[in-house]
Amino acid sequence: MRKILSMAVAIAAGLGLAGAAATGALAAEKLKVAWVYIGPVGDFGWTYQHDQGRKAVEKEFGDKVETTYVENVPEGPDAERVIEQLARAGNKLIFTTSFGYMEPTLKVAKRNPKVFFEHATGYKRDKNVSTYNSKFHEGRYILGQIAAKTSKTGTIGYIASFPIPEVISGINALMLGAQSVNPDIKVKIVWANSWFDPAKEADAAKALIDQGADVISQHTDSPAAMQAAEQRGVKAFGQASDMINFGPHAQLTSIVDNWAPYYIERVKEVMDGTWKSTDTWSGMKDGEVVMAPYTNMPDDVKAMAQATEAKIKSGELNPFKGPIYDQTGKLVVKEGEVLPDKGILSMNWYVKGIDDKVPGK
Amino acid sequence: MLDAAILGAVLASIVAAATTLLLASLGELVAERAGTLNLGVEGMMIVGAAVGYATAYGTGSLLLGTLAAILAGMAISLVFAGLAIWLATNQVASGLATTILGLGVAGLIGAPFVGTRLDGAPALKVPGLTDLPVIGQMLFGQDAFVYASLALLAAVTYGLARTRIGLVLRAVGESHAAAHALGHPVRRIRTLAVMFGGACAGLAGAHLSLAYTPFWASDMTAGRGWIALALVVFSAWKPLWLLAGAYLFGAVSILQLHVQGFGLGIPSQLLSALPYLATIAALVAISALKRGQGAPASLGVPFVPDR
Repeated sequence: MRKILSMAVAIAAGLGLAGAAATGALAAEKLKVAWVYIGPVGDFGWTYQHDQGRKAVEKEFGDKVETTYVENVPEGPDAERVIEQLARAGNKLIFTTSFGYMEPTLKVAKRNPKVFFEHATGYKRDKNVSTYNSKFHEGRYILGQIAAKTSKTGTIGYIASFPIPEVISGINALMLGAQSVNPDIKVKIVWANSWFDPAKEADAAKALIDQGADVISQHTDSPAAMQAAEQRGVKAFGQASDMINFGPHAQLTSIVDNWAPYYIERVKEVMDGTWKSTDTWSGMKDGEVVMAPYTNMPDDVKAMAQATEAKIKSGELNPFKGPIYDQTGKLVVKEGEVLPDKGILSMNWYVKGIDDKVPGK
Repeated sequence: MLDAAILGAVLASIVAAATTLLLASLGELVAERAGTLNLGVEGMMIVGAAVGYATAYGTGSLLLGTLAAILAGMAISLVFAGLAIWLATNQVASGLATTILGLGVAGLIGAPFVGTRLDGAPALKVPGLTDLPVIGQMLFGQDAFVYASLALLAAVTYGLARTRIGLVLRAVGESHAAAHALGHPVRRIRTLAVMFGGACAGLAGAHLSLAYTPFWASDMTAGRGWIALALVVFSAWKPLWLLAGAYLFGAVSILQLHVQGFGLGIPSQLLSALPYLATIAALVAISALKRGQGAPASLGVPFVPDR
């Protein structure tokens, strides 16, 4: 049944695109830019933040751009169709904003060499395909430190989505941050196997709280877990957006994704004819990973978080600086060395101290 | 590993998780027993969630929000009824269209409310009873939607089996020609049954946006309408088996999260699929035991009276 639905949605999306194409032909001098979203723009999480970036592009360039977006595009063959249609509809720059769009984006890019593509969170590029991502793990290291200081039970709950490198490296960074404060800290991981399912995210948060976690961290897209934490009187971290409204007493901070600077820069490059295929991985110092205000914590914890944030921004601190051991106790990153970006972007192992198996391994 | 406090919390969560499914599937069961297959459950549910939230947020009243959600579900169901019953279009296509329409309309209605929140429906507190170990929270600590779903289940079970209205409704679903020959207004009865389905789906949506996760986010139903539809089929159109199916699904979906939390090393993908597998297995087994209890004979067949 859901397959039928997603097919129907894909067809509907196709119809919508045809409409967009018709209006676009009238204004040929405008640069057409499109976004492909995994979730709804109203998720108040991942997709919502990308769409804020799109709106920033519209605001910056006004009449000179025409933006389109397609939401709820499933990863896989449907994505390829949607991206292809966007390319045919005259878009010159297309942002595909989910890891699973990697192969579809590359395939469509081969067939449309004059269109520029930007794939978020992936690692494969081409002449006309760039990749971009944010160093969310920098923020998660701070979350880990705060959680370890705040937790009374010594157990952090973690709601994960899918076992991809971005999520695994987030769990590891949080654990490393937490261990830097309390070496005996525990993290309980629950996989929702979904990016967006509010009721399930709430269920996962409640299950973790029932099992003794008193600080909840999430890598799923809705504010449901934050709200569940607020109801149960424990602390939590928001994801993608500042979720303080959903957890006025619960939120410690949120990692806020700010894509606007990157989107504006890339659109400008296409306009100027200077666009090149690049691999951009910005973090806190570039203003792409922003920490929401530190709230509901004692002043000393806040001071620690701010100090760590400053050190990460200045480059003094790297979350993946050795020595780092994996679960089997093997030394992966030597003392004094730093795990290279490639190692973070393909991470499929847990650091020592995590009581879970990487799913599928 | 499992102490009384956790067990109590788990049981309470299971009942709450099953309630959305029970509400939506009860309504669909009535519509299907009258012979109409409405695949628009997901759409009616999400519109209920959006309108319910918008109304409750605007008026500050959860009760008004719930009523608005019920009415909104009914309104969307009328779109389906108009197409599939009065214009005799294909029910599958009309139902799918209803779902797509509902998802779009709900996104539109909900857009101004993204990022806002409500205080959700309060849980019942009975001094003494709610604090009972293990079962207290489950039986006496739920929100009003849970008790409403059980009351509705009792009403539907009794109504279908023991009342004249139920008899006529079933007759329409089994053989619309015969019911028509007896002078029953087939299309009007089906419309009412579909509207009841819409009301229940709207109520299920309100349960999500006003109690379970009291905020609005697009697509927050996340496919629960489709699960409700499947439950109706697997329960062989029997309300009590529906209860079993919904609670089993709720139980496995909550338990798998706890199993993951305990870190038993079972692949999480398998655990995530378990609610579906367990529900299918159990309900197939139930319906296999009672042979001859198939779908209503006129299910999905449009009725066009002779002039």
